[in-house]
Amino acid sequence: MVSRKAEVRAAVVPGETLERFFSGWIPPISAFFAAAFVHALLLFHVLAVAPLFYIWLERKVSARIQDRLGPTRTGGRFGWLQTVADGIKLIQKEDLCPGAADSVLFRIAPFMATVAAFMAMVALPVSRGWVAVSLETGAFLILALLSLEVLGIILAGYASGSKWALFGAIREAAQMVSYEIPLAICALVPLLAAGTLNLMEVGEMQSGFFLTRWLIFQNPFCFIAFFVFFTVATASVKRAPFDLAEAESELVAGFHTEYSGLRWSLFFMAEYASMFTVSSIATLLFLGGWWTGFGIEDLLDPLRTWGLGIPVKNFSVGNYLLNLFGCVVFLVKASLLVTVQIWVRWTLPRLRIDQVMTTCLKYLLPMSCVLFLGAAAWPLLLTSTLGRPILFGTPLGDRLGVAVRVTQPELQGDEASAGSIAAPPSPFFIGSRSR
Amino acid sequence: MGAIGLHHYMMISAFLLATGITCMVTKRNAIGILMGIELVLNAASLNFVALGKYTRLGLDGQIFSLFIIVLAAAEAAIALAIVLNYYNNFVTIDVDRGDELKG
Amino acid sequence: MTIDALLFWIFAALACGGALGVVLASRIVRMAFWLVVSLGSVAALFFLLNAEFLGAAQLLIYVGGTIVILVFGVMLTAGGAAPRLKATPGESLLCIAVAASLFGLCLFTVGSVDWVEVARRQGSISHENRPTAGTVGHGTHALGSALVGFRPAVVTTNKDGQPVKQVVLQTGYLLPFEIISVHLLVVLLGAAYLARPKQRREAGAIAASSGGPA
Repeated sequence: MVSRKAEVRAAVVPGETLERFFSGWIPPISAFFAAAFVHALLLFHVLAVAPLFYIWLERKVSARIQDRLGPTRTGGRFGWLQTVADGIKLIQKEDLCPGAADSVLFRIAPFMATVAAFMAMVALPVSRGWVAVSLETGAFLILALLSLEVLGIILAGYASGSKWALFGAIREAAQMVSYEIPLAICALVPLLAAGTLNLMEVGEMQSGFFLTRWLIFQNPFCFIAFFVFFTVATASVKRAPFDLAEAESELVAGFHTEYSGLRWSLFFMAEYASMFTVSSIATLLFLGGWWTGFGIEDLLDPLRTWGLGIPVKNFSVGNYLLNLFGCVVFLVKASLLVTVQIWVRWTLPRLRIDQVMTTCLKYLLPMSCVLFLGAAAWPLLLTSTLGRPILFGTPLGDRLGVAVRVTQPELQGDEASAGSIAAPPSPFFIGSRSR
Repeated sequence: MGAIGLHHYMMISAFLLATGITCMVTKRNAIGILMGIELVLNAASLNFVALGKYTRLGLDGQIFSLFIIVLAAAEAAIALAIVLNYYNNFVTIDVDRGDELKG
Repeated sequence: MTIDALLFWIFAALACGGALGVVLASRIVRMAFWLVVSLGSVAALFFLLNAEFLGAAQLLIYVGGTIVILVFGVMLTAGGAAPRLKATPGESLLCIAVAASLFGLCLFTVGSVDWVEVARRQGSISHENRPTAGTVGHGTHALGSALVGFRPAVVTTNKDGQPVKQVVLQTGYLLPFEIISVHLLVVLLGAAYLARPKQRREAGAIAASSGGPA
């Protein structure tokens, strides 16, 4: 059985990347940019559709919590097209820029926030092999890119030339910058148990039955860290009950007071894209990524060689379908977490800014430091009492299948992935190519 | 234009250094001076990492750059505290106004 | 031109252009914006140099932390003099002359060394002897191992032209790492104490005490 699995995986792993596919017809630099364009388009469609869906979901969930129905007319009985209608309305609004505003920075700021929120998805895998760039420091890069959104917010507030916007921006910047610290530390707790920053490996090692494999159950510190991470992530994307920046009852609208039309909708989309991103990170780091947790994928594993070689060499239709199933599972889990965030927003009252900062710096930060210390000392504790570093099962690093190891660019000499649609070309890492 | 060699990175680093020094000397705003300091530190950091890749320095270059980043963050915090005290005493951020020793 | 060269020139142009923007901008918040552009491009150059961890650290700490601190400082001290402060033209000219001569000196020094020969003599880094199989040579595993003192082996050619592998075990950087961690803690405590809320002197008191226009 083991050798059959190994040969199945080895058969489907070396794949054609999009870049090599294009460079059969056009010169290499154009092939590179064409491949990058296709990847960016795919990613952007996921990221553009997700906010549309979540905005609709928020309106429906908030309506039900408030004992009403929400959108019921646009696009059928459930108001599917409400967000699209809102988008069309926003696009045709006048593009205002206040007289006291610094016009260049005023115009650039929404793009800075949106680009930072969307760029974090470049290193996030959604299924086996389905990632834009497979980085060994993927988790760290996502945390770094999420922290760039603060700049867009500060510039928006400052450049608006209005004191409501400035106060909102200062509060918002203080909140986001403070909450980055427990976010990074709580994200490190399962990464300590996993032993790698590579998110593809973190996802792969959580296959199998969930109670023994998902990183949330690896040690009690990971379990608590999930809830702390989720709270901190909700604060970090400035969602209620931590949404002082856009508190309608206090600051008119905070840092985006002076924005209208498409620029405002960019901030809105950036917020929902950030919600989706931190929920995806929580899913990947804690809740098992793209695995269902009941071992269904092991039963379906022989299907991976079905349809091998159609339409290009080394692409397998069965592998693609199973990866698609994993992607759907991942998106469902992330959407469940986003629903919890929406639910919390419409249930809990808003915190004052000093309460927000106290919660972070006096409670959540020491808590996450203690969790980090505990997670670092846990293998030591187990080894000294039980004699092995992990409570059940094999150590996590040994669980990685052949499929993941062979996707490292250097071992194969080029980039590859398991018959995927978004193969990692690693264009920016000349080391793997020039070696 | 051939492959990118070490001298390309060192030229970029030299440009950042010169620009950072210009910024430090020319600006009258105290925070502008701080920005010049950040540029100079980045030039050194880039130099270290480039040397780390192209010579036998190896990963030590990256480690030194990590140290540079940490120390730059510490220095920026202290410099900002000094600027705030300066503003409290002189009500302006113009460094040319700080021409009396009496506090 | 290969893709790597093209990307290098794009990010190098952005870094240098951002640095020029910092010098030439007149308003402080625009200077902060150009500094973001410059430091972000330097982070991209780090990615091109295979220093991925360092590139992410640069984005997180420098762009997401230090520049935010600087902009906070701008906002907290905005109540004072006019936002545009320019140096006198004579000072600017002298400074540009000095900076240009420094830049020329650096260029001359860099250009007069044969870097290919230097690299050949020192030997290249071999990618065996890595701590874990399957990792790319410059990732976090290699960086962490180097912090402890375990470096990748160096391959040089000896007198017969045969490749010779030297295992390199040097001192690690854990002690300096701990020292700068404590240093950072002490510095931040000091900065927090220095920046505590204090009495602000009134503008009228300054004008009276300095006796006329400064």
